[in-house]
Amino acid sequence: MSTHGHDSHHATTTSSGTFTRPLIELRLRVNGIDTVCVVHPMARLLDVLRESLHLSGTKEGCGEGECGACAVLLNGELVCSCLVPALQAMGTEVTTIEGVAPSLATLDRVQQAFVDCGGAQCGICTPGMILAAKALLTRCPQPTEAEIREGLAGNLCRCTGYTKIFSSVLRACQADGATTEGGER
Amino acid sequence: MRAYLPEYEAVSARTLVEALTLLAQGAGGLDGPAQPPGRRWQPIAGGTDLMVLFSAGKLPAGRYLDIWGIEELRGITVAPSHIDLGALSTFTQVRQHPLLACEFSSLTQAAIESGAIAIQNRGTLGGNIANASPAADSPPALLCYDAELELVSLRGARWVPYAEFHTGYKQMQRASDELIVRIRLPRLSAVERERQVHYYRKVGTRKAQAISKVCFAGSFVRDGERLSRVRIALGSVAPIPLRCPRTEAVLEGAVPTSAVIAAAQEVLGSEIAPIDDIRSTQDYRRTVAQNLLFDFLAQAALH
Repeated sequence: MSTHGHDSHHATTTSSGTFTRPLIELRLRVNGIDTVCVVHPMARLLDVLRESLHLSGTKEGCGEGECGACAVLLNGELVCSCLVPALQAMGTEVTTIEGVAPSLATLDRVQQAFVDCGGAQCGICTPGMILAAKALLTRCPQPTEAEIREGLAGNLCRCTGYTKIFSSVLRACQADGATTEGGER
Repeated sequence: MRAYLPEYEAVSARTLVEALTLLAQGAGGLDGPAQPPGRRWQPIAGGTDLMVLFSAGKLPAGRYLDIWGIEELRGITVAPSHIDLGALSTFTQVRQHPLLACEFSSLTQAAIESGAIAIQNRGTLGGNIANASPAADSPPALLCYDAELELVSLRGARWVPYAEFHTGYKQMQRASDELIVRIRLPRLSAVERERQVHYYRKVGTRKAQAISKVCFAGSFVRDGERLSRVRIALGSVAPIPLRCPRTEAVLEGAVPTSAVIAAAQEVLGSEIAPIDDIRSTQDYRRTVAQNLLFDFLAQAALH
């Protein structure tokens, strides 16, 4: 990731010829905070979050949109951040796992349910699982087990199997009817 | 190996005219000569195909034109004679549209079975068409419904029947200065709709989230005991998403007796051209395609 000035244009000869490559000043709102960073327009949102913004809670699993470890909410919709080029995130609102808990002292009800039900083991899939669950509960506050399975179908876990993860999501929507801490994004 | 970022250029177009202007420049339409392929702008929509290649270091170096933000390419509109889907309609928008579920249910089913939620939120119908994968899930449904595509460039607009759009593996009728802007699905009359049977079935290694070994879409309108308006299209059995007019012809106007079904299966077997690859074998694909045809026609007895 280059840290050159944001209006800089670079010309370098590569095997493919000479290209001019303007970087962009990417403005977006991450976890409620207006953020600006200078990045390559094709940089993956995943790398912008992890490397430019040091939000390393978002994980890279497969890097090809199959595993959901890099899932974040983009304008409230679940996306694989490995498949979003930075320029498509311009002006958007992004929620990562770091923005899910309402405060350092309180967990979101989905996070709490994962703790209570043993829904996390190694933790690589957990941020994506929790954001997928948040997205599901926003559009469908009382999902059936089949709906939970579909909502989390794009998130792979290689440790525990899925039973405890599905129980965690069920627990989260049973926990209390009221929209708790932090609300839905 | 990761992509080397400095080999790429990317800009966002905010309007259709802005996008078409950039595409025309590269094609030599406006100011200056045609650019070599690496200097032409390639459209990128939801990124669910191109960014997979990018992450793997396999996306050709060059210039990418982000069209995701172009409002003119969005929206699903319903007219008495047809439904128009903006090229940037996502699979999520397609699967949630109540009229599509009612009149074009195979397309709804294709959207539901294309990847998971996060992919459906970004993947677009226009992108699925232009990426031209023979294994894509929505093309067989679109072929069944006689879809037409509107292609637009600064030179003008034109409509192309979708059945004629793909001309060879990853080859299509879109010129380098054109964008797919709309997909039009003609609506049947209320009487025909009442008697229409839709069938969509994707066969992969597992039920969810697998690229198809065979994808089959079929539809017909019941005319007493006979079949009319028969449409059959498959994915993953040829270099392009394939409509099967010869198989359709065997069934059109026929009563689907076991002899007729066997004859149609025979023709289908010669009309498709599956290959052996990492996902399956040609023998398996041909057998499954013929079995799916049988299953499809068995619906005639049920409706």
